[in-house]
Amino acid sequence: MSSESGESLVKISDLSFAYDSRTILSGINMEIPRGKVVAIMGASGCGKTTTLRLIGGQLKPSSGEVRVGGQVVHELDSDGLYQLRRRMGMLFQFGALFTDMSVFDNVAFQMREHTDLSEQLIHDLVLMKLHAVGLLGARHLMPSELSGGMARRVALARATALDPMLIMYDEPFAGLDPISLSVIGELIRRLNDALGASSIIVTHDVQESLKIVDYVYFVSEGRIVAEGTVEEIKASKAPYVHQFVWGEADGPVPFHYPAQPYREEIMTQQAKVYG
Amino acid sequence: MAEMPNNSRLVRLISGLGNRVVNGIWRLGFASRFFLMILVYSGTALRRFHLTIREIYFAGVLSLIIILVSGLFVGMVLGLQGYDTLQRYGSSEALGILVALSLVRELGPVVAALLFASRAGSAITAEIGLMKATEQLSAMEMMAVNPIARVVAPRFWAGVISMPVLAALFSAMGIFGGYLVGVKLIGVDEGSFWSQMQASVDFREDIMNGVIKSFVFGIIISWIAVFEGYDSDPTAEGVSGATTRTVVTSSLAVLAADFILTALMFRGA
Repeated sequence: MSSESGESLVKISDLSFAYDSRTILSGINMEIPRGKVVAIMGASGCGKTTTLRLIGGQLKPSSGEVRVGGQVVHELDSDGLYQLRRRMGMLFQFGALFTDMSVFDNVAFQMREHTDLSEQLIHDLVLMKLHAVGLLGARHLMPSELSGGMARRVALARATALDPMLIMYDEPFAGLDPISLSVIGELIRRLNDALGASSIIVTHDVQESLKIVDYVYFVSEGRIVAEGTVEEIKASKAPYVHQFVWGEADGPVPFHYPAQPYREEIMTQQAKVYG
Repeated sequence: MAEMPNNSRLVRLISGLGNRVVNGIWRLGFASRFFLMILVYSGTALRRFHLTIREIYFAGVLSLIIILVSGLFVGMVLGLQGYDTLQRYGSSEALGILVALSLVRELGPVVAALLFASRAGSAITAEIGLMKATEQLSAMEMMAVNPIARVVAPRFWAGVISMPVLAALFSAMGIFGGYLVGVKLIGVDEGSFWSQMQASVDFREDIMNGVIKSFVFGIIISWIAVFEGYDSDPTAEGVSGATTRTVVTSSLAVLAADFILTALMFRGA
């Protein structure tokens, strides 16, 4: 993807990653321009979340590099990485709210950890963040008292607490009802534009994400198999993209897990039993 | 040919055993490195002491009931058993010494540590393990907050601080239980009970050694509890396994450490 507004905030070059001998990502190249919302889509287990963890420096690549704001993430020392993470926000799949803290304290967490702001100012800022996600009235609740959609919105307020330059979303739409889904999608776009940040959404919810993103990368078996703007993706005739966008059960992503043909399987079994 | 299956079973057995030993040594190495990291990142827990105080409440204060009630019953049993033995030799007035020394030197630190491992150690492991399983620790890392400094170190120090206090309370309650049974129930002379205890229990030799023991047990239990939680597999089965390992490993470690410490402390006595 070529950046329209100068240098990209995130640039991934020839990125590969493997757990022991199992290859997860292989030769990935991506760019996330400033101010844009980019989706990384693909079937479960294709390496989407691993890509986010590599951008956040929680994993180190086997080869290649991830640059965020011009810095090579895996070359940073612990202090450098923490400095970089202060300018990132991340929303985890199920919110990952701190269960021993109230909604208010969850959102205030980073402010208290990283700034010298007075409690009064933190109070005002937290209320502003909660107001932005429509949960001003839920500030006294504990995470166990929230619905899935509310927890995701609190996590969104927490992820944007320090006005980050990059916000990453790991499956933000998973397990939400249609109303919550739409609300979260709307908020992601609105907060990105209001903060002037860049966002990366890892998801397999095609319809919802195509409403809010600027660009899409499709990942399959650790490789980018397609990319383009929303219009390009919708018009794509590429078999994988077509199967994914239209939710077809069989195609390049097979319905059956690799196995012997059913007939052969039965015959082999019977030959064993009856000699 | 007939011996082949037996041989291969033997080889599998030996290699399985070897694997377990190697894995055990690896884990010990990881745990030691983890312990050093806790010490290195303890600044936050000590500078922002309210984080540690909060954990002292959960680990220490909430363990008070089980510690006090157990201490009372252990002391009462000691009173009964001690009297039964001592009166055979006509020295039932020495019941106070027997109860106090047994509790201060041995039973106080050891039984309180075993109870602490079951009550607080398992809770610490489960809490950290669940925080890991629900990605709370990852979220903290992504917020540029070190989970070892913010989550692990306060819980570790809370355990280390709570343990000697709980052991002291256990011993005090046990002595009270021994007094209730020995003096109030059986009728041992109250003056002899207290005066002989006061004359025979040495502050440095007995009380301080008991305190040192409970402090060491606090380090062992807290270390094992936070390590098992942090190292647990992020699944329900992983957390439950880690919780069980905390109780089993720390109980065995406490008993082994007790033997070593006792041998070192009382070798010249």
